Formats: sequence, C-alpha cells, structure tokens
Amino acid sequence: MRDDDATDGGEAPTENQPHQFDRLPATVADRDVPERATREGVVEYWRDRYGVDPAVWDGYTFWEKGAGKVWAFAADVPSPVEVEALGMTFLRTGGEHWKPTTDAVQRFGRYATADDTVVDLSRERARRFLAGGDQDLDWDGDWGYLVVRHEYGGRPEPIGVGLFLHGELRSQVPKGRRREL
Amino acid sequence: MTEGIDDPEDVLGRYESLVDDVTAFREACARPLPAVVRVNEIEAAPDEVRAGLREEGIPFETADWHDGLLRLPEGDPGHSWAYAHGWVYGQEEVSAVPALVLDPEPGERVFDPCAAPGSKTTQLAALMEDTGLLVANDSNLGRLSALRSNAERCGVSNVLVTRSDARNFSLQPFDDEPFDRVLVDVPCSCEGTIRKNPDALADWTLDHVEGVSGVQKGILERAVEVTRPGGTVVYSTCTFAPEENEAVLDHALRNSECELVPFDLPLESRPGVTAWDGAEYDPAVERARRIYPHHNDTGGFFCAKLEVTA
Repeated sequence: MRDDDATDGGEAPTENQPHQFDRLPATVADRDVPERATREGVVEYWRDRYGVDPAVWDGYTFWEKGAGKVWAFAADVPSPVEVEALGMTFLRTGGEHWKPTTDAVQRFGRYATADDTVVDLSRERARRFLAGGDQDLDWDGDWGYLVVRHEYGGRPEPIGVGLFLHGELRSQVPKGRRREL
Repeated sequence: MTEGIDDPEDVLGRYESLVDDVTAFREACARPLPAVVRVNEIEAAPDEVRAGLREEGIPFETADWHDGLLRLPEGDPGHSWAYAHGWVYGQEEVSAVPALVLDPEPGERVFDPCAAPGSKTTQLAALMEDTGLLVANDSNLGRLSALRSNAERCGVSNVLVTRSDARNFSLQPFDDEPFDRVLVDVPCSCEGTIRKNPDALADWTLDHVEGVSGVQKGILERAVEVTRPGGTVVYSTCTFAPEENEAVLDHALRNSECELVPFDLPLESRPGVTAWDGAEYDPAVERARRIYPHHNDTGGFFCAKLEVTA
C-alpha cells in the first residue's frame, strides 16, 4: 500500500481490519473500537484548530482503514466496506497531535479561517516548501501542523501541511508530490 | 502508409472507404497534437487557471468549443504550480467528449467501469461538483494506483475505487442499488491516438481487434444491467474499427435492454456506419458519432449514447 504522507508512524492494532473501511462512530458513546476517532471529534478538530465551519462536512462521511488513518468521502455506503479507496485520505489521528493529509489541505484548506494556523508564504518560500525543504520562519502563530498557502491565480491557495517548531517550518509534502519549480 | 507513423500493416488504409477525404485524414493522422490540459473545476475555475498560467509565463490558448480546455503550444507543463495544485489535468481534447455526453448531475450515482488512469473519472467528479457517488473501477492494480494518485491530486472526494473485471462488476457492496449513469470508456485498439503516440499502430493485429471486441461487448452488457431503467449509458472508444464500435452497439441492441438515442456534439462528427467488412448492423447505430482527426484537428474518437429501457 502506498503511504499518504511524508512522515509515518504507528502499527495497526488487531481490532482494526487493514483492508476494510469502517465508518467513524458519531460520538464517543457510539464507539465500539477503543481509541477510534469519532465524527464529532473530526469536525471539532477542523473547527477548533483551523476555523473550518462544521457545515462544510454536512455531506461527508468519515472512515477509518488501518488504525488512525481517516478518509473523507462525499457520499455514503453500508459500513464496513472492502474497496480500494473511499474518497480521499484525510487525517492521521492517534497520538497527541492529529495531522491533516496534503490531499485534505489542498482540497479543504480553502475553508480554513484561523489566522494562527494558516500561513502565507512568498513565491520563493512556497517553491522551497513544495520541493520538500525546511526553512526558518518568523511566525507568531501556533506551533504544530499549519495550512501553508501562497498567492496563485488571484487567490490564496493551500499547498500542503507544514510542521512549525522552534522557528522552523518543515515541509510535510510527500515525496511523490514534491516538485522543483 | 503515412510518413512518421509506425504502421507496418497500414492499418489506417483499412478505413479509407469510411472517410470523406482520404488525403486530409492521412495528413491529420500524421500531424502531432498539441498538449492540452482540462481545467479541474473541483479546484479552480477556468479564469483562475488562466490567471495562474499567465503568472507562471506558460502560454495557452482556450479551445474554441470548451472554455475549460487549454491548448499549450510549448508542451505539457507537468512541473508547474497549476499541476501541483491539481488545477489542471493533461488530457487529449477529444477525450473530454464522453463525460460531457454522459452529463452527470450533482448528487447522482455514476459508474466508471474502466476508469484508470482517471482523466474521465476526474472530469465526471467535477461535473458532479464532487457530490453524489462516483464508483471508479479497474481491473489492473498498477493502473488503479495511477487512478488513485490522479484523483487525489485533483481533490476528488466523491469517488469509491474498486478492483474487478468490469464484465462481472458486483452491485452487492452498494445494496444492489443501480446507477443513474455509466461511462463505458472501454479498452480498445487506440488507433485514434496515433497523433499522440506515433507507435500506437505498431502492434496492431486483427486478432487483437476481434478479441478486445468480445471484452467490450461483455463490459457494455454488464453496464446496461447495473443501470436503472431510464438511466443513461455512454459507450466510447478511441478507435476507428467498426468491430469495436458499431458491432459492439449492435450486439447490445440485440441482447440488452437498451436503445441508442441521438445527441448533440460541439465538434464536427459523422454518423456510425451500418455495414462493414460483410457485416450489417442495426440502422440505429447511425445515432452514434464518429470523430475523425481531420474534421476538428483532434484525435480520433467514437461515442454513443444509450438509454436503458428495463
């Protein structure tokens, strides 16, 4: 199976079926697999961290395939289901810090309204970021995973996920998506 | 045979009786096609893509028949911000036709049985405004990987990807609920892509044409079965061979619950042929459309629209 992000971690616990997609439970009270993320938790995460209006997710269902690997799907089918893919890879849960995928940020980053987790880069810095490079950054916002954008085609456009720590922005663009422009 | 084309059997000569202007047909087939990208409207509008390409200094020209198709005289800008953002998809102009003919609406249930590598799948998703259910199937694991990667880059979130032989596709994971529309863009002998791949005819054999014709019949038959009554099936190929086009439709008309319906195309086209190499086809196959390279300066294509009757 291909990996969806530059950094990876975590083995699937036995209660997860690695080839099967399970719809996330609505809330913790509905959960039968311990530690599994919930729909409520996912929606709150995007609202609280990135300022995404929960209404954005009204048509979406969220699924897990392998522990902590959450997919977003703009439709619904009976759960569980064994298919090759269901919507797009969306979020890595588990551990202390959840991490959005590049796919998710490119597709849904446009709905992020928070000013402390969304950073705009100059074209030159954006180029370095897309190439996978790390860079020093004077940033007063949050640490952790940021939505990284630049101005393109007349609007601020998300490029991917950056990890900001100790004055440094680390590109999380997966190897297969990096480009030297 | 035509200079520059690797065509040991003179395959194109086979079709001279079908075309109105043999010289123009031959000359068009020998001319390379310009690179074309389709705007991925899930991510950006055509005007935003044009603004982006201008910023990057990439020259383009909008196709006269479709605002979202951009011809690129300097070649395919695979290394560009437009690609990195999933704003464009490299796709031969004429191959944008069948999804437009299928014309899926937001919220519908749509099936793409031969989906990889995903140019038409991603176009269908955009036409559906990334809502509803789009089931994209392919039999080959390597091609599925390309499909997934292209769908991800284009931000498609309404697609469910399956791996199976399209002739035996099962509705069981979908509560046996049939589809509203199906795009049957089958594997074919690809003669119509000669302008993009000069060696497209190098391995051409009549045996292959006849073999793939059987596969095409099976795929179309199954597609009709999994479509609701009143639903639409579009059948398309990029070949000129009647064995893979009208003969497949004739087979469906005789064996499946469907009929051919007329449709408009934004490109100049010719009707399907009713006789070929001693075979005669149902006269309704004239409702299918043949797109020849010399009429619109595109690749060659074949497209038919069917309505499922029961």
